[in-house]
Amino acid sequence: MLDQYTGVAIMLLMAIGIAGGMVLMTSILGPKKRFADKMEPFECGESQLVSPRQRFSVKFYLVAVLFVLFDIEAVFFFPWAILFKRLGVFGFVEMLLFILILGVGLMYVWRRGGLDWE
Amino acid sequence: MELLIFYPLAGFSLMLALGVVMNKSPIGSALCLIGMMLGLAGIFALQQAHFIAILQVIIYAGAIMVLFMFVIMLLNLKGTDTKWRARERNTLLTVLTTFLALGVLYKVITVIFEFNLDSPAKVPDTFGTAAVIGETLFTDFVLPFEVASILLLAAMVGAVVLAKTKLD
Amino acid sequence: MSEFIDEVLEFIDPLFEPAFMIGSIKALVIAAALLGVVPPLVWLERRLMGRFQVRLGPNRVGPLGLGQPFADSIKLLFKESIIQSSADKFLYHLAPAVVVFTAIVAFAVIPFGEPVTVFGQEIGLWGANINSGILFIFAISGMGIYGMVLAGLSSNNKYSLMGGLRSSAQMISYELTLGLSALSVIVLTGSLNLIDLVQNQSTVPYIFLQPLAFLLFFIAGVAETNRAPFDLPEAEQELVAGFHTEYTGMKFAMFFMGEYINMVTMSSMITLLFLGGWNAYGLPLWPILAFAIKVFFLLCVFIWLRSTFPRLRYDRLMTFGWKVLLPLCILNLLVTSVIKVL
Repeated sequence: MLDQYTGVAIMLLMAIGIAGGMVLMTSILGPKKRFADKMEPFECGESQLVSPRQRFSVKFYLVAVLFVLFDIEAVFFFPWAILFKRLGVFGFVEMLLFILILGVGLMYVWRRGGLDWE
Repeated sequence: MELLIFYPLAGFSLMLALGVVMNKSPIGSALCLIGMMLGLAGIFALQQAHFIAILQVIIYAGAIMVLFMFVIMLLNLKGTDTKWRARERNTLLTVLTTFLALGVLYKVITVIFEFNLDSPAKVPDTFGTAAVIGETLFTDFVLPFEVASILLLAAMVGAVVLAKTKLD
Repeated sequence: MSEFIDEVLEFIDPLFEPAFMIGSIKALVIAAALLGVVPPLVWLERRLMGRFQVRLGPNRVGPLGLGQPFADSIKLLFKESIIQSSADKFLYHLAPAVVVFTAIVAFAVIPFGEPVTVFGQEIGLWGANINSGILFIFAISGMGIYGMVLAGLSSNNKYSLMGGLRSSAQMISYELTLGLSALSVIVLTGSLNLIDLVQNQSTVPYIFLQPLAFLLFFIAGVAETNRAPFDLPEAEQELVAGFHTEYTGMKFAMFFMGEYINMVTMSSMITLLFLGGWNAYGLPLWPILAFAIKVFFLLCVFIWLRSTFPRLRYDRLMTFGWKVLLPLCILNLLVTSVIKVL
């Protein structure tokens, strides 16, 4: 049973090697001529006018929370989808209830404007 | 064979768990937490809990940590921020978390001594796959499963109320 | 002590087994193929885009300009890697590595043909055959978001931060659609294993049974790979280059490498889930060739989309994901299960 992961593990190590190697190579190769102006953050030729450390819209936070919730929901669906044939009508009704309850949640978020980006 | 994979993985996870607490910057802490969860997923896979391992990556390392990262990005916390540093000197929080940690540790130790760990149970080949977990979930644990949906609903309402009242 | 040595020997022993050797060779071949496919893909995109826009595209270096992307990558490798002084060095280097790493690992579980027998050894044409392959790909591609988040956070540049935030919000929104539309196919097969999925399509590909799911999956797939018309994080006109504004040289190219590898992975996923994988449906083709042709066709569609559609506005993109695609996915799943249960 664990054998199935052997390939994944080999691939994992290889990917670490490739990604790390490329970063390393580009840091070693190539010229290094530094001066103060080059080391400034890019801002279309200006020196930095506004600090990037501003606060952003709370909308992004809401999207992330909703994503977590719906992701958990989706994860419940996966074993259900596999067992769909075996569970039959019982499983279907079970999941219908689950979807309906979450559908109410989605409707609520929608009506309250949680999905709007004005 | 299994032990030789387990110990490095467990050591890796523990190191990163320490890193979460010790790290100076919030981004570093969050990164350590992601790494630790990936290590845990590896340990789950080693224990034949295949589906749980994948869930660990999708839900914890994927979804929940993205939420953490978003909060870090939105608040733009940096290691030098006074708000972030002030947490260290909060005595009440220190005492409470110490008690919590001791409680968890006590529970873990009792569990270890309660069960005979020398002869681990032989598990069938299909153990821990999505199908087997689904079978118990959708037959024996129907009620908790449906209650979980109500919990998710409550979380959804809570998120919208929190975010929206700030805006209005 | 001797027990420990035995343990070590026991651990090393399987390294000399043929299964492990074959696994290593397969991983090496797949990794090399993935890295090797990026320059021709860049060439294909630039040539096709040229044709779509009634110009020639690169045609000077080598035959048909095929040498162009190779020349470009060598040039990029020898470019100076500039790290602006206020950036977080470690995270700054980590970000492109994460992107390339996740892109390569996700491809490990993609099968591209029936097992073949070479020298009496049965070799499966895949890096690894794990029984929840689809979930594995979703999990790993979910990790890819951190590359963008970290690039945005570490650069200390407002364009990078905004781009990183936008692209990660976009990716998590469309990841839901991706997962939920794949579900209606899983309801039909009852397996998360990609090889089972292909074998279940030996008579009819799922695109005919699940046209809506295919459409949803395809749209979400384009958005997941950050391709036009969903390339908001790189919206050149407003965000310079989004999360990789501050990157130069090979590190800059690594983000694109990740994008192109993800494009190949996504095309392979669509082929496996909806187009019947390596089934040739009566045409006299080798299975692996049938698979390659389908993937190639999808890649061309990706490029075609880029030169056809204008970029979406960010608010429209997000509301489209949440208000149109997500409800449609759930509805499609419900309809599928109702039909299935009757």
